[in-house]
Parts: sequence; structure tokens; C-alpha cells
Amino acid sequence: MTMSRRALLAAGAGAGVGLLAACGSNTGRGGGGSGTELSQWYHQYGEAGTQQAVQRYAAAYHKARVTVQWRPGDYDQQTAAALLTDSGPDVFEVNGPTLDQIQGGQVVDLTEMLDGVKDDFNPAVLTPKTYDGRVWGIPQVIDMQMLYYRKSLLRDAGVQPPTTLDALVDAARKLSTSKVKGLFLGNDGGAGVLGGTPLHAAGLQLVTDDGEVGFDDPSAARTLGKLRQLYAGKSLLLGAPADWADPSAFIQGLTAMQWSGLWALPQIQQQLGDDFGVLPFPGDGRNGRPTVPVGAYGAAVSARGRHKEAAKEFVKWLWVERTDYQEDFALSYGFHIPARISLAKKATKLKNGPAADAVRFTTDHGYAQPLLWTPAAQTAYQDALSRIIRSGASPESELRGVVRKVSAELDRVKKVRNTKKSS
Amino acid sequence: MRRRRALWFWVFVGPFAAGLALFTYVPLLWSVALSFFDAHNTVTPTHFVGLDNYTAMLRDDAFVGSLRTFLVFTAFIVPATYVFSLALALMVNRVRRARAFFRSVFFLPAACSYVVAALVWKMSIFNGVRFGLANTVLGWFGGDPVAWLSITDPPWYWLVIVTVRLWLQAGFYMILFLAGLQRIDPVLYEAAAVDGARPGWTVLRHITLPQLRATSVAVVLLLVINAFQAFDEFYNLLSDARGYPPYARPPLVYLYYTALGQGQNLGLGSAGAVILALVIAVVTVGQARWLRLGRTDADG
Repeated sequence: MTMSRRALLAAGAGAGVGLLAACGSNTGRGGGGSGTELSQWYHQYGEAGTQQAVQRYAAAYHKARVTVQWRPGDYDQQTAAALLTDSGPDVFEVNGPTLDQIQGGQVVDLTEMLDGVKDDFNPAVLTPKTYDGRVWGIPQVIDMQMLYYRKSLLRDAGVQPPTTLDALVDAARKLSTSKVKGLFLGNDGGAGVLGGTPLHAAGLQLVTDDGEVGFDDPSAARTLGKLRQLYAGKSLLLGAPADWADPSAFIQGLTAMQWSGLWALPQIQQQLGDDFGVLPFPGDGRNGRPTVPVGAYGAAVSARGRHKEAAKEFVKWLWVERTDYQEDFALSYGFHIPARISLAKKATKLKNGPAADAVRFTTDHGYAQPLLWTPAAQTAYQDALSRIIRSGASPESELRGVVRKVSAELDRVKKVRNTKKSS
Repeated sequence: MRRRRALWFWVFVGPFAAGLALFTYVPLLWSVALSFFDAHNTVTPTHFVGLDNYTAMLRDDAFVGSLRTFLVFTAFIVPATYVFSLALALMVNRVRRARAFFRSVFFLPAACSYVVAALVWKMSIFNGVRFGLANTVLGWFGGDPVAWLSITDPPWYWLVIVTVRLWLQAGFYMILFLAGLQRIDPVLYEAAAVDGARPGWTVLRHITLPQLRATSVAVVLLLVINAFQAFDEFYNLLSDARGYPPYARPPLVYLYYTALGQGQNLGLGSAGAVILALVIAVVTVGQARWLRLGRTDADG
């Protein structure tokens, strides 16, 4: 049988329309059908079972059909780009939202969601999600980072768990052998993960409470210079197959100490039993103090979503009302501290051993990245830290450049705030 | 008849032309327009700022540093790939048996994704621990493990970046050179032999290379453009969840973070993209003029 060109074209056009219709019907979004459809995005968690858990929570919600998207890769960049379009998520977890996202009107005000329960959310992680007295993201869990150390290796080397930065540098050097390195701060030598932690350890801040640069001080350069000592002294593990967030290097015995998150604790405990302890990042100098960074992924609602009210209702249901799911999400897979103070208090898994230490560190020494610390400020600081640690650049001159850049950024965001207020 | 042919022309070409206009030229022009506006977290031009984004980008040490890094990268990778792929082509061309097999073997890496190759290089061959492939080999000779991607002194990360790119693209350019070699008239080699030219360097210099001139010009142009557009292997070898180190940062990675990352400064990113496009255009045109692209010997 032969087919005329016209028939072929018609068939092709028909197939094309069919394909387009098929694609269009599987967007996971509402419109036209019965009941509201919501799209919810999560970044890819490393802990097994988390994905199934969030799918189970979504399936249990009956006021709308919620489609969960589990997104591997560069999640922060994906959400930032998706917020510019109408095809992004309705509800999404976010390591923020950032000040630019809030000022740009990309996320919805969720203040009312916390009516009557606001005081039950840990202020350390709620504050960075609050701008002009309004709440823009509901904290899901609290994540914190700390220093894991292998008790037996420290004992064999005659090293005490370090309580000052100088002691940490010294301990890392003594613990380094031809097979095992003293400390793992990430494959970049700590430039990425440590962020503002060394500055806090020196008694400083990234941004002061009145919105000024908080590290324009000679002690900042002195402390960052000690990170260079760790690197130059060949005490750091570099180039591990898995980076700092994964405890593999520590478990496999490639390093005696590792900077990682509380989420890694169950895995470490399972592999090493009691042969490990945890510490905050040690303080440095006269005004120094131990410190641990805390942060929280929060649930946010896209301002470009088609069903904003339905999305807000879902967020309230899952992250405010369903405390049983919140507890399950925080503690049944990796370890995270529940964002609700009442849940954190009764979490039995966090009451003993290193987990209890971690909770105490969070309460006593925790700091969160301030909302005014913009991505541009972060990039400038992180680049400088990388040059100080890896290339031996002068901490003083690098920090001078960062202070200039961060001041300009703070001026910019304050200007936007004033412009919005006056309009 | 002519109208009918025109109709069919548009039936077949139209959809592709429309796609090209919609997905390439409109975004391109939009991006150029955006570069003159303050556009934080929006693709809609809002506040006109003139050339402010351009001056900010040109004063940005990180962006200028990335351009400088890439001039060096281009200056190295272009001749290296040229020599390596030409050598492969000459070798395969001389093989008497199983030529198709060797051609396929060397071409095969070109079919591999840059992302996959970068991850293989990063995780298996050049990871920094003692059981990485490169470090295992070093260990046989008594060497200590090297953190290939994590140290800047010496800058071993360039070895990783350059080898992965050479592995991926040399096969493709080898095929271009092979095509060029097979178009050279064997009579020229026979005449050279009769005139007493020794096979090897003399023949390569006086017959093969001049005959490959057109192919060489095309290869070098493609290599230069590809080098400036490098992104995938750099990003996958050196980035982590927290960002990208300032050394060996290609301009496209920097623009990605500025415009599409959490920075979301689309006006500034667009200005950077225009600057980068102009740099590539100037280098390409300059090089084309230098290599006398499109001129015949008769043009002088």
C-alpha cells in the first residue's frame, strides 16, 4: 500500500497533536479537572526512605491531589529558575527563601499559617525566614553541622578532643599518617561548607543585628589564616570520593575527624558503634566561642502558582498541623532536629549520647545564616576563603575586598526595601 | 509550479525556522535588551540602567578572571587537540588492516556525554584517595596520593580537565582530518618520492599540511569556539553543592551562577553573556582573517 504525501502529512499532523495532548495532560498541575492539583518539589535527600515518606504524606491529603517531585541535582538553582515561570511548583522546600526571592515577590506570605503556634517554632531557624515581620517559609526541620571524631584514633595518637582552633590544627597534624588524614572539611579544604563558622568561632558575625558587615575586624583574618595552616600542613583529607555531607570517608577510616551534619549520625553509629564523639567548631582567640551552623529547609509557596490558597492550606496541614508527620520526617530516616520546640523536647532518639550533644550544641552555640547575607555576598566570601585556604592568599587583603562587596550588597537590599516601602 | 515549490519549501522549512526564531533569536534579543535593565529575579525588563551592567561586569574581578583563565585554556587546548587528533588521523590512515576498527575505537569517546566522562574522571581515575586509579599507579612507583582536583599548587586540576577534553573530542577531529587526508592525491606523494623527498617530517611539512589547510582552518575555528563555550566538564569536575572554586572557573559557569543561580541577576548575567559573545566573535573573526579563511591563492 502506498501513501500519498497529503495523507502522510495529515497522519503526521495528527500524531503531533496527539503527542502534544499527551504531554499536556501529564503536567501534574490543575485546571479543568475535578479537584485541585498541586505540585510539590523536594531536593534529593541522601537518607533512604525519605522520598517514600513524603509521597505517603502527600497521598494522605484529601483536599487536593498533590504530586511530589523528587529533584536531584542543583536544587537551589532549579527552584530559583522555576520561580520565574508559570510551570514551577506550587509548594516547594527551599533553603531560604532568599531575600531577593522575597523582595522580588516570588514567594507567598505565610504568616497566618503560624497563628497560635509561632512560639513553638525554634526562633533560630524561623528568624531567617522572617522579613519585615512576615514569615515566608515554614521551617520543616533543623539541620546542624558539627565535628565527628574517632575516639580510638585520638586515643592511640595521645590527642584530646580539641576545644580551641589551635588545638584542632595541632590534633589534625598529629593524627595524619601515610594512610589516614587528620581532618576532612570537604574536598575544597572547607571553603564551601564552613562559610561563616570560623568567623562566629572568632566571636564575629556575618551581618550585625543592625544590618552592617560583621567581620570587619583583624581577628577575622587571624582565624581564617589558621584554616590555611591546616591545608598547608597536609593535615586535611582532599579528593575523597564522597564529599563532606556523606560520612563515608570517616566510616572508611580515611580521616580521623570529619565535619558533617547531624543527618549522618545514624549511619556513623551503625558502622562505628560507640567509637566516635562529636564537637562544635572550636572557638578562636580572646572573644572566641564554640559554634555550630544551623539551617532549615522550609516549605514555601510560589507566587506564580495557580492555586495559591490551596497550596497554603496544604502547607499548613503538613508543616503546622500534622506533627506526627513532622516527627517522622525529622527522625525516622536520618537525624534532624524537629523545628517545633515541643517535638524536639519529646524526641527520644535525640536524648542520649552524641545526638543529645548535638541538640545541646544547637541550643548553646547555634547560629543561622542571616537573611541579609545574599548569594552575591556568599560568592564573594567563599571565593576569598578558597583563595586563602588553597592558594595562600593574604587573609587581610582578601577580607578587605569581601567587606567592600558585602557592604555594597547590604546597601542594595536596603535600597530595595526603602523603595518598596515608599511605593 | 514555482508557487507550489515555494509552498512546499515553507511547509518543510517553516517549522524549523519558527523554532529557531522562537527558541534562539527571541531569547537572544531579549537577553540583549535585558542587559540594559535592572532585572533581579525577573525576566521582564523593569528599571533602565543603561551600560551599568556592562561596567559592573567588566569591573568584576571574578568575571574578568574567568575570561583570562579561558584565554590561557584556549591557548593550550587548541594546539594540543590539533596535534593529538592530527597524529591519530595520520596513524589510522597508515594502518593497512582493520582501519575501520581503529577509526571507531578512537571516535567512540565523541559519543560519550561530557557529564558522564567528567564524573568517571573525577570519581574513578583522579579522585584524591589512595585507591583512585591514578593514585594506584603512582603508588606502584612509590609516589604519595595526589588530590588532583583539590590542590592549586601545583595545579593538577588542569591535567584532569585537559585529558578529559582531549579524550572526548580528539576522535571527532581525527575523523575530519582523516577525510582531509583521503582527499590528498597520492600522485603528490609519488612525485615527492621521485624528487627524493624523505618520507616523514619533510613530506608532512611540504605536502600533507599544506593540503590539509582548509581542514585545519575549520578544525581550529571549531576548537576555539568550543574552548570558550566549555562548561560541562568544568562544572561537573569542580563544582559541589556549595558552589564553585574561583580558580579554573569558565565564564559560562560564572554567568550561570550570576543569572540562573540563586543570584538571579538576569540583567547582569545578560550583560556578561553579550560581552562573552563579543569576545568569541572578535577572536573568531581575527583568527579567520589571520588564517585567510575563504580566500583562494588567486586572491593573494
